[in-house]
Amino acid sequence: MNDHAHESHDHHHEESFVSKYIFSLDHKMIGKQFLIFGLIMFMVGGGLALLFRWQLAWPDRPLPIIGVSKAYQEEGEVTTAADRKWEERFDDDKETWLEVNMPSGVIDPNFYNSLFTMHATIMVFFVVVPLLVGAFGNFLIPLMIGTRDMAFPVLNMLSFWFNMLGAVIMMAGFFVPGGHAAAGWTGYAPLSSVVDLSGVDWGQNLWCISLIIMGISSLMGSINYITTIINMRAPGMTWFRLPLAIWSLFIVAILLLLAFPVVASALALILFDRMAGTSFFLAEGGGDALLWQHLFWFFAHPEVYILILPGMGMASEMLPVFARKPIFGYKSMVFAMIAIAFLSWIVWGHHMFQSGMNPVLGASFMTTTMLIAVPSAIKTFNWLGTLYGASIRFTVPMLNTLAFVSMFVIGGLSGIYMANSPVDIFIHDTYYIVAHIHYVVFGGSVFAIFGGVFYWFPKMFGRHMNATLGKIHFWLSFLAFNGVFFPMHILGVGGHMRRIANPMQYEFLQHMQPINVFITVCAFILGATQILLLVNVFWSIFRGKVAEQNPWQATTLEWHAPTPVPHGNFGAIPQVYHGPYEYSVPGADKDWTPQTESNGEELHGEPVPAGASAD
Amino acid sequence: MKWLNFPAWLPENVSTFGEGVDNLFVLIYWITSIVFLAVMAVLIFFIIKYRFQEGRKAEYIEGSTTLEIVWTAATTVIVFGLAMLSLPQWNNIKLPSQFPGNPGAVVQVNGKQFNWDMTYPGPDGEWGTDDDLQLENQLHVPVNEVVHIRLTADDVIHSFFVPQLRLKQDALPGRFINMWFEATKPGTYEIPCAELCGFGHSGMLGYLTVHTEEDYTAWVNERWGE
Repeated sequence: MNDHAHESHDHHHEESFVSKYIFSLDHKMIGKQFLIFGLIMFMVGGGLALLFRWQLAWPDRPLPIIGVSKAYQEEGEVTTAADRKWEERFDDDKETWLEVNMPSGVIDPNFYNSLFTMHATIMVFFVVVPLLVGAFGNFLIPLMIGTRDMAFPVLNMLSFWFNMLGAVIMMAGFFVPGGHAAAGWTGYAPLSSVVDLSGVDWGQNLWCISLIIMGISSLMGSINYITTIINMRAPGMTWFRLPLAIWSLFIVAILLLLAFPVVASALALILFDRMAGTSFFLAEGGGDALLWQHLFWFFAHPEVYILILPGMGMASEMLPVFARKPIFGYKSMVFAMIAIAFLSWIVWGHHMFQSGMNPVLGASFMTTTMLIAVPSAIKTFNWLGTLYGASIRFTVPMLNTLAFVSMFVIGGLSGIYMANSPVDIFIHDTYYIVAHIHYVVFGGSVFAIFGGVFYWFPKMFGRHMNATLGKIHFWLSFLAFNGVFFPMHILGVGGHMRRIANPMQYEFLQHMQPINVFITVCAFILGATQILLLVNVFWSIFRGKVAEQNPWQATTLEWHAPTPVPHGNFGAIPQVYHGPYEYSVPGADKDWTPQTESNGEELHGEPVPAGASAD
Repeated sequence: MKWLNFPAWLPENVSTFGEGVDNLFVLIYWITSIVFLAVMAVLIFFIIKYRFQEGRKAEYIEGSTTLEIVWTAATTVIVFGLAMLSLPQWNNIKLPSQFPGNPGAVVQVNGKQFNWDMTYPGPDGEWGTDDDLQLENQLHVPVNEVVHIRLTADDVIHSFFVPQLRLKQDALPGRFINMWFEATKPGTYEIPCAELCGFGHSGMLGYLTVHTEEDYTAWVNERWGE
């Protein structure tokens, strides 16, 4: 990187509001855009969950507020923006949006299906991926590898705005006739591919179109990440001096690049089936319903690891900082992530044990799936090893990281039940899998996000988040989270199917209904607690305590950059001398040795110039 | 405490192969519980012992190759062992070539929005003839006899699930999937649909009636005479 050329570039002109905050090319601003976007969608996705949790606890009872509002009870309609939009579409039809979806305040079964479909779709594609990959990927990659910006800033900006376009299309689906997509986030054909079988018309089409656009957004992001990490590392930043968060994002970018084209083509096939009269997934026309499942899960299993790997990477950043110790077994952590990524391509069949796929395949998929326990165990034990002999600071990021580790252990262990194909016969498609996915993605990734937001907030916004509020948010979230999702294991073992709107219709489930009530109460606490997070984030952006350059006394390069980080990130591109986790080095005068500090002697050999870092 | 004892929540098992499934479940329950408790014990112990204390510095430890090898090998052995143990159960339940013969009843089950159609082939043993008997949401079988089911679907994917039999199998439009079970206890059991099949998915429910030998004979005679 030519420093001189860049310095003149740094001060070239005052940016307008639009180019600074909206169509920004700066990776840091794009990262913040993804962060705000993801947090808002997190509330939307959570709100949908609360609606269907009400139905599950008190089936067919009118919803509070909406269901019992006086105007609605008396006149049978409540005018909201959504209602007006609905009426504009159907001048001849006087039914309001609320009446269609929640007649008498009770959630309609098709709307119920839309709710859980959209809860999952939003949480997976519009919350966890934008937050982990979009927000943290964008913000951290150039800062942590020591470069001035992404390789392709315009592509980066487009990635965010394609993501916004996808979100607008997805949200529009709630207001089209026939309601939103209601075939589950897995969109199993032919329920998703034939209009007459579900009654859902444009909702499903918009769902497909939106996800294809999200795929394009992810592809643009992943190409950018891969190029940047390979070519633009600071001098001396060798592969094995990369922070684990960067490793995880690099691996995830490769997974995204390879996985999304598969699901995009499958979604296009669904659209053809729905709109052009083809029959890729229809047996009558020579198609096959199983084809969709193979294509979908070939994408969606890597997708599951896309959701957890960056969380693992971020936890591996925060753990050493607050343990004041090097990460235990750095290289085995890297190889474990590579192993997880590799295995993710050959395990998709475990979602299909009961699908009617040739049962002989069950044996091979069971074995490959169980193998994932090995790299997962390596990572867990290494996190434990990092705590051995540590000097632990219980900051908010550390509390969330420790929650991440322990919840990931539960999520990982419960996966073994389902990997085991005979046991899966019973617990497949029950609440057991719902518990499992939430322990991995909420207990895992989302707690890593909570920690990561708090940890990198000072570098992002130049201010600290409020620690007291952060601790209250953590403890309430942690307790309520377990209150919601741990009992789901029990429901699953009792045989409670997922995606049913009314468990009271089944005699064998009725004795467990108090558990459903308990879960719903905890879910409302969990939902309300997230308001604290939102308040803390937005209040701290403007009013938080001003942060110094390196408040956590961390070693990685982002803390070497000034706070707030200027355009171009670093004054001079830093020179890297050693690995990312040099804490409590014997003989050093302080308990952290930044990657940029040569420490008199060369602890780990001569700095190695990374080839392409000089432009 | 019942909340932590998962196996206690399993519905009663009434099939011959269900016991094998339950045993695997209990085995995995114990393995995962022990691993979980051990990991949590170590985690909590470390958190308390190595909390920040004035004057004590963290130790500089980069890792241990021996430990990495130990826990990689140990996990690999456990999961492979588990897979090997599970394979016979899986094959026994799902692999058509290993199904026990001489069925006491053969039924075609057809999932459609939002009912289960059961078709008995009648005395001639063939579907599509005049003596077929079609019942809606009612499946009658004899106790202690092998039952063969031919599963299919009319419209979308459904999933035939009898919790007490530990049996679940998706029904696919355009395909016939064979399955079997042998019920060990007379009674009536629910057959929910376990795969999202549309707005009527919740409440799509059939009933499996397991008859004693005499009852079943009587039931058959009532339908087809003798």
